[in-house]
Amino acid sequence: MKIDRRSFLAFGVGGAVGTAITPLPWKLMDDSSIWSQNWPWTPVPLDGAINYQPSVCTLCKGGCGINVRKIDDRPVKIEGLKANPINKGGICLLGLSGLQLLYGEDNRVKSPLKRVGKRGSGKFKKISWQQAITEMVEKLGAIRLKAQSHTLACISETELGTTASLIGRFMTAFGSKNYIRTPSFLDSLEAAILKTTGTSAAQVAFDFENSDYILSFGSGLLEGWGSPVRMFMANSALEDKKGTLAQAEPRLSNTAAKADKWLPVNPGTEADLAFSMCAVIIQKALYNTNFTAAATGLEGFKSFVTANYAPEKIAKSTGIKAEVITRIATSFAKAKNPVAVCGKGSGDTPGSLKESLAIVCLNALVGNINKKGGLWLTSEPDYIKWPEFINDDASTAGLQKNRIDSAQSGKYKDTRFLLNNFADAVLDDYEYPVNALMVYRANPMYTMPDSEKVKKAFEKIPFVMSFSSYMDETALYSDLILPDHVFLERYEDIPFASGYTKPYIGLARPVVDPLFDTMNTGDVIIQIAKRISNSIAGAFPWKDYETCLKETLGSMWAQLESQGFMTDQSYTPPSTVNFTFPDKIADAPAIEGDRGKYLLTLVPVDSIRINCGYIANPPFATKTVDDTVLFENDILVEINPATAKSLGLRDRKKAVLETPKGKASVRVFITDGIMPGVVGMPKGLGHFGYDSYIADKGVNVNALIGSLEDPETGLDAAWGIRAKLSPA
Amino acid sequence: MSDSDEKNGQSGIITLFFILGFIGSLLLGWIIFPELLYSKKEQPVAFNHALHNEEVANGCESCHFFREDGTFSGVPKLAQCVECHEEPIGVSEAELTFVTDYVAKGREVPWLIYSKQPDMVFFSHAAHVKMGKQDCVTCHGHIGESTSLKPYEENRFTGVSRDIWGGNIAGISMDSWDSMKMSDCDKCHKELTGRQTSVQTQRDACFVCHK
Ligand code: SF4
Repeated sequence: MKIDRRSFLAFGVGGAVGTAITPLPWKLMDDSSIWSQNWPWTPVPLDGAINYQPSVCTLCKGGCGINVRKIDDRPVKIEGLKANPINKGGICLLGLSGLQLLYGEDNRVKSPLKRVGKRGSGKFKKISWQQAITEMVEKLGAIRLKAQSHTLACISETELGTTASLIGRFMTAFGSKNYIRTPSFLDSLEAAILKTTGTSAAQVAFDFENSDYILSFGSGLLEGWGSPVRMFMANSALEDKKGTLAQAEPRLSNTAAKADKWLPVNPGTEADLAFSMCAVIIQKALYNTNFTAAATGLEGFKSFVTANYAPEKIAKSTGIKAEVITRIATSFAKAKNPVAVCGKGSGDTPGSLKESLAIVCLNALVGNINKKGGLWLTSEPDYIKWPEFINDDASTAGLQKNRIDSAQSGKYKDTRFLLNNFADAVLDDYEYPVNALMVYRANPMYTMPDSEKVKKAFEKIPFVMSFSSYMDETALYSDLILPDHVFLERYEDIPFASGYTKPYIGLARPVVDPLFDTMNTGDVIIQIAKRISNSIAGAFPWKDYETCLKETLGSMWAQLESQGFMTDQSYTPPSTVNFTFPDKIADAPAIEGDRGKYLLTLVPVDSIRINCGYIANPPFATKTVDDTVLFENDILVEINPATAKSLGLRDRKKAVLETPKGKASVRVFITDGIMPGVVGMPKGLGHFGYDSYIADKGVNVNALIGSLEDPETGLDAAWGIRAKLSPA
Repeated sequence: MSDSDEKNGQSGIITLFFILGFIGSLLLGWIIFPELLYSKKEQPVAFNHALHNEEVANGCESCHFFREDGTFSGVPKLAQCVECHEEPIGVSEAELTFVTDYVAKGREVPWLIYSKQPDMVFFSHAAHVKMGKQDCVTCHGHIGESTSLKPYEENRFTGVSRDIWGGNIAGISMDSWDSMKMSDCDKCHKELTGRQTSVQTQRDACFVCHK
């Protein structure tokens, strides 16, 4: 009798038989199925009470009302606010993806940061708010001590609203006129309106909702132009009432594809086309005599356009046949409420005065200025009425200096902001150096054309600080970052919706407690002001931003708090306009680049799926982008099959795109949707700030294009650049 | 020793080992395994359901109520408790812990929920209580009459409460509240609807409960 292998086998068999009649195998089997359906690493959303908080989206200039769906205190979805008159419950892709801009913690600047590495190296150290504000006070205080207040500049996306006005007030109290707003198509329209009506700082709006014929000169009405959700709705309304959308654009954009008529105009000749339509309307006497009788200068204008822009004359340069020009101009003029509109793509470049004037004149001829369905001249909201303050000697001296960007004086005295001159002014020490730069709600390192030059300019400025909530390109190049709350964490009045006709104020408000150690920029400004000097402190009597905001909004506060916005839907603009037709118009500057060397024309392409503003496109939105735009991490540029054939380029294959400003590796997408000789390059890609879900996808088109000074306004009139494309 | 004796002896050993293996595995499966499978945790605050039930007007729904939108609130939030317990009521140790550790600090109590289904299960209280007119006891038993909270047992493997499988490791349940597995849903649905099929065999059936 001995214990051998068989004994152990028997033990095993006994164990197996026994185990089979215990719950162990059956229970473990059940548990495995539960475990494998609920992997422990899969996040499970917390349960709680569903609630909604109305607010306003500030991710673009659309001014949409949003309703934030929350589970207890946690925002889980951003929806459009039905009651809001601008977006009426609709929302765009960017707004919908807004939560990624709240929670995407690798993109957020989580506390004040001070640079420790080289500029742009991304090496920062965390500092306290106390230290951060002291740092600002010391830096700016030193500038004032040296009587150089005017060498402080600020770049911001807006000059409207309480926070921007606090910064503007700070700049004035400090002694600098250099508050520079980022550009938009409205700047050029503002100049055209000043020239034709004498109205300064007019807010140009378009009554699309009541129009039955929209004639667009390259405006990406469905690509993010104006208030994007409103534009989608206006387009649907136009379709419902069987109105007409005519789109003049070199490329088959979404807007062109949806339009009733697409005029594939040669890029850069849109103004000529518009003037030619003016010529047709005049020649056929289709203009609104009521309007023209009250206006002046029609005769001069008549001779100017008929002499220079007769359809037969410009058919070749524009690429649009004379009969087509005549037909479109005629149907436009015969429509009940026609409106012409400009502002290329999403409208973030001003364009030439020639183009804006052409559009304004086209609208004037059909008599729709300040009329139902037409172009409206509204004014900036004026609820910010703060007490005057007294400047001390340092600031008075500073305010006597001209602006660094050459706006508001000399040749460009009527232009308010000229950001396009900023980089040159810094690099060439125009009049004086820029010793300090504050950046609020802007990302000039990314959005300004000629990235290389902008980078050099930034490198030259001794002190750059950013209020950015995100580690964007400008923040990366800053010495100090004092992060603002994001739009879901703070109060902010939004007194505009780009291109919208009715007076409107939206109130963005905190729907969630700040997730990180950030501070409302309004509060930061008040705190800095209180510590720099007594005279500056005197201009800021408020305890904090919220007190200032409530006092400023006064009796409007209660309604804004409960509803999220206020508007006067019954508003109509003054019916009489003193209009003067121009009798000569300066030519727009010629496109940059030698035609002999660069055979093609590069135009930036906007898309509603890629935000190209100061905030980067959130990953959710980028996921929706076609692989004809972004393939893996490569950007695709659009070219016509004829262009591809002549250059020996193959679809989706790599190529080198070169312009006078730089070179980039791209892939080509061959499509009939773009004219021969034109290269369309998507905007909004190629970030190098932010996290890996945003950065290094494609190329930033701004690195390849430059700006061109309009001879009359000084605004950036560039719409493209000459380019060449060769197989890689 | 003859050959046959040796054989007998050898088979005895084999039988013995078989029995040892058999009994050992029974002990393991029935006694040791359940002990190993579940960890025990005490609730953060000792809570007396019976005592609270006497004080409130609307039974279970006084604290475990339906929200206006029809969703079920489940375990009360601190804010609800604070309505009465802003200051300590009485001098019990549990009361003091509750007020000092949670109420005063504004911290939610991390209650351990016995009846929490794993995430792949969707369950609507409204459908069962409001429309199906089920009472709380059917699924949750007589917890409302308990004077203390039993330790929470968590399955170390799945992280799910033991009450879902049920206290009986063999999965045998005597009362409807003894376990909360899919078979329990099934049983009740069959009984109450009179159909010999369950919701699971209907169209889109899986997705009614497994979203
Ligand atoms: S259109 Fe602009 S404001 Fe409106 S939801 Fe989209 S990003 Fe926000």
